[in-house]
Amino acid sequence: MNRDMIKFLGFAALILAVPFALSGGYLMNVLVFVGIHTMLAIGLNLLLGYAGQISLGHAGFFGLGAYLSGILTATYGWNPWLAMPLAAAVVGGLAFLIGFPILKLKGHYLAMATLGMGIIMYITFNETIGLTGGPSGLSGIPNIAIGSLTFDSDKKNFYLIWSFTLGMILLTLNLANSRIGRALRAVHDSEVAAQVLGINARLLKVQIFALSAVISSIAGSLYAHTMTFISPASFGFNFSVELLTMVVIGGLGSIYGSFLGAALLTLLPEFLRAAQDYDIIIYGAMLMMMVMFMPRGLVRGVPDLLRKLLKKRGGKHA
Amino acid sequence: MLEVSGITQIFGGVTALEDVSFSIKKGDITGVIGPNGAGKTTLFNIISGIYTQSSGHVLLNNVDVSGQPPEKLARLGMVRTFQNIELFGGMTVLENVMVGLHTKSSSGLLACSLRMPWSRSEELNIRTAALKWLEFTGISELAEVTAGNISFGKGRLLEIARALAVEPGIILMDEPAAGLNSRETLGLARLIQRIRDLGITVVLVEHDMDLVMDICDRLLVLNLGRKLAEGTPQEIQENREVIAAYLGDAD
Repeated sequence: MNRDMIKFLGFAALILAVPFALSGGYLMNVLVFVGIHTMLAIGLNLLLGYAGQISLGHAGFFGLGAYLSGILTATYGWNPWLAMPLAAAVVGGLAFLIGFPILKLKGHYLAMATLGMGIIMYITFNETIGLTGGPSGLSGIPNIAIGSLTFDSDKKNFYLIWSFTLGMILLTLNLANSRIGRALRAVHDSEVAAQVLGINARLLKVQIFALSAVISSIAGSLYAHTMTFISPASFGFNFSVELLTMVVIGGLGSIYGSFLGAALLTLLPEFLRAAQDYDIIIYGAMLMMMVMFMPRGLVRGVPDLLRKLLKKRGGKHA
Repeated sequence: MLEVSGITQIFGGVTALEDVSFSIKKGDITGVIGPNGAGKTTLFNIISGIYTQSSGHVLLNNVDVSGQPPEKLARLGMVRTFQNIELFGGMTVLENVMVGLHTKSSSGLLACSLRMPWSRSEELNIRTAALKWLEFTGISELAEVTAGNISFGKGRLLEIARALAVEPGIILMDEPAAGLNSRETLGLARLIQRIRDLGITVVLVEHDMDLVMDICDRLLVLNLGRKLAEGTPQEIQENREVIAAYLGDAD
């Protein structure tokens, strides 16, 4: 067993032990969200951190997965275990088709195009009232069940969501350390050099775009089945930006960083409730400070900062 | 090996290349020389698929590859290096070369995510082969260093190692000696000869005349977008038109 695997198992053990330390209830529910957000951040990080391609529309894929699962189960009575992979396949296929023309664009233009894509999906959720229930939302989505075990409590959902999240972390860590992960980083650093070495940069970018949409869709399906109610407000532009913030704060190109970013941005507002009306100011200030002092994200930023401090101290003694 | 016929390239109203034809024999080191603005880099960019020519054809091993993208050409056995080295700066030196072995491996998204046994053994083979190329170019000791932190000279060697990892039949080098000191240039000359000894055809654009005259089997001279002369270094040195183009006409 190698070091990466030991690190992962340690992380998994730590996560799965959390319910024993908590008495359950509200915080458990927040941790379910941390899991869902971690999946989303990882999906976006593959695209942004590894392949270097921005998306401001990922909340749309998240919503599409949630709605497809929700509609198939609540309206048409499908089993969630069937609805989820079908939704993922549809979203993946759609992203693949959108990806070909859209990923020709670079930088700001790609940001604009994905922004538009997200907005179109948001409007669709709002306007196709017959299917989605429109702004008032879609309710009556069933919980996921395995045999007679129905995931209907916060604690059960915690284990359900985190099984998926941990599985996804493991798979994406493997991917990141493979020939594909290397090719992605190569495209990020110098697209032309990657191409002359035989990498089909365009196809690779589209594949990763589709993969990250599939991950978002699965997270969306799980979200729908744990919440049992969804509405378009959860899948708007704001949420796309929040996802982007999680990835950047956690660290571009770091899978564990995506977890940290997701955890921080999900938990922080909860803890800042104590500050009442000032919470949003403190929240904003903290994000600004983090980007200023740890531009490489939490995962690399904390060691960087410690090293800097130690160096300063060493300098004083010398 | 490589045949170029009637290449013309027009940028806006400027004719960068006009009806350039030549052929390169397998196993030769061929130098492409000419004064600044002669169209050497444009020619390279066309041959390597980065630009698409206005007219004319490029034949690689008797197959017309005109207008094919660079990644396709790499799979057909043609790679190139760049004048201002294009490294993957965020990756280690070893990883850079491992990217060169991308076409030699085939594990897909799913196999890589699941770390299937075959993708793991493939990964080991990639690493072994990459280390071999680092040794060939003499930069093994830098394997774990981040590529963005190595010197320009070493970066040049890394770029060559990475290109060789593709196991090409032909390698195009755009000014490989640019920015190197005289000792590094000497090492480069020996390296290029060792690459030729592997059976790889080498084409280089170069301004360093000592290097070109020393190692090239044949030379192609471009001037103002046209082919001026072609021949052995000896013939080129004695060619009056070439001398005139470089030194100005005596008349």
